[in-house]
Amino acid sequence: MTFRDDVKYQESHEWALKDDDLVIVGVSDYAQDSLGDVVYVELPDVGDVKKKGDSFGVVESVKAASDVYMPVSGEIIEINADLDDNPSNVNDSPFDSGWLIKIKPSDPSELSALMSAQEYKTYTEGLED
Amino acid sequence: MQRVPLYPWHVDAGAKMAPFAGWEMPIQYRTGSIDEHRLVRRSAGLFDVSHMGRLEVTGPGAAAYLDRLVSSSITKLGVNESTYGLLCNESGGVIDDLFVYRLAERWLVVVNASNAQKDTAWFRSHLPDSGVTLTDTSDATVMFAFQGPHAIALLDRDTNGTASAIERFHAALIDVCGVPCTVGRTGYTGEDGVELFAAAHDAERLWTGILALADRHGVEAGPIGLAARDSLRFEPGFPLYGHELDEDTSPVDARLTWACDLDTDFIGRDAIVERKRAGASRKLATVIMEERGVPRQGCDVYHGDRRVGVVTTGLYAPTVDAFCANVYVESELARTGAIVHVEIRGDRKRAVVASRPLYKPAYR
Repeated sequence: MTFRDDVKYQESHEWALKDDDLVIVGVSDYAQDSLGDVVYVELPDVGDVKKKGDSFGVVESVKAASDVYMPVSGEIIEINADLDDNPSNVNDSPFDSGWLIKIKPSDPSELSALMSAQEYKTYTEGLED
Repeated sequence: MQRVPLYPWHVDAGAKMAPFAGWEMPIQYRTGSIDEHRLVRRSAGLFDVSHMGRLEVTGPGAAAYLDRLVSSSITKLGVNESTYGLLCNESGGVIDDLFVYRLAERWLVVVNASNAQKDTAWFRSHLPDSGVTLTDTSDATVMFAFQGPHAIALLDRDTNGTASAIERFHAALIDVCGVPCTVGRTGYTGEDGVELFAAAHDAERLWTGILALADRHGVEAGPIGLAARDSLRFEPGFPLYGHELDEDTSPVDARLTWACDLDTDFIGRDAIVERKRAGASRKLATVIMEERGVPRQGCDVYHGDRRVGVVTTGLYAPTVDAFCANVYVESELARTGAIVHVEIRGDRKRAVVASRPLYKPAYR
């Protein structure tokens, strides 16, 4: 299980990484492992504006459909369209080719309020899988 | 929650265990269910299906007793032959679907784990005063399936060629990896292979023996979880109870009249004959999604603005490489090429009725 430590996490298992003035978002390694094989990812339209905590899409695994939630508020600037043909990138490479969206954040303080890798790791250890 | 004898083995092998029909079962192992599915289609996979119910029926009245309860032609079975069949209620609804093996001195009935208690009660309540003995052997035995294009040839190596000598839907008593087994040339994956019944105390020897045998002969094989078992049974068009079948569903709607010998007087027969005569208002169909999205059980199906049916199973079918679903729809729409829309989270997505089965069983 990888807990990449240059990204921030929220309790619904998304990670967020500051990339210049954007925030890249994906699901954690812990999340992809719990979901099992991802077969479809539904993403928002570029230009959509959403608040922190809003659902921005659905990650569908063999087992179930799981909503994914905005870790910060802002406008969707880019989506990972490659996941249409390669949804398993979410399993194989959750922090790299499995990224989901890029957000132009409207409130930069929201990012710093998220959990660190260590905090998130501790949080997942308290969860029953 | 019940556990199969090999529960510790599955956990050690990295299986994700989850509740299924009151059992804690391996859903998938480390490589994931899609790889497991492909392994079975390509080479061979081993399934622990010991959660399924196993009943033995003995006595001079056994054949007549089973023939009254099971839809298929029980009395036509020779020794060491088996048949798929349905357990129906008086209204022709399906209590369960099952497999019946006629062995030398006994009949073996294999039922779904989810229905085992209900079925056992039904079987018990129909026992005649004498001449038939019903024994639940589920706890004393294990049940494995070894399936895939290389499964039989591999077992031949260990059994001196006796595995391939068993014809499709036949059975034999042979030793596999030193373990006495009832072996049926049956299975629920669309691949050739066997189902094995052995004493519970031999479980680990048989299971690890088969995997070691594959290893020794360079045959790619591995354990397969219930998630892949679902997609493997879906592609060749095999129903799953609780999805395509329930007590309110007629075999006519489910396209299972081939499993009903209407010349025999089994419980539910008259209702099925009547449903067939009157014509079913809805039928099972399989659709392929033309717009991307994963249909799930319970999703509504539309034709234009009209709701015409419901999804019973929906998934990504690895061999077909498409999102697919079984649906019950108005009968006139259950024809190849018909266009319907499946509502997934509020969006109606286009799907086309496909020719069944999506995957033709390798042995057919």
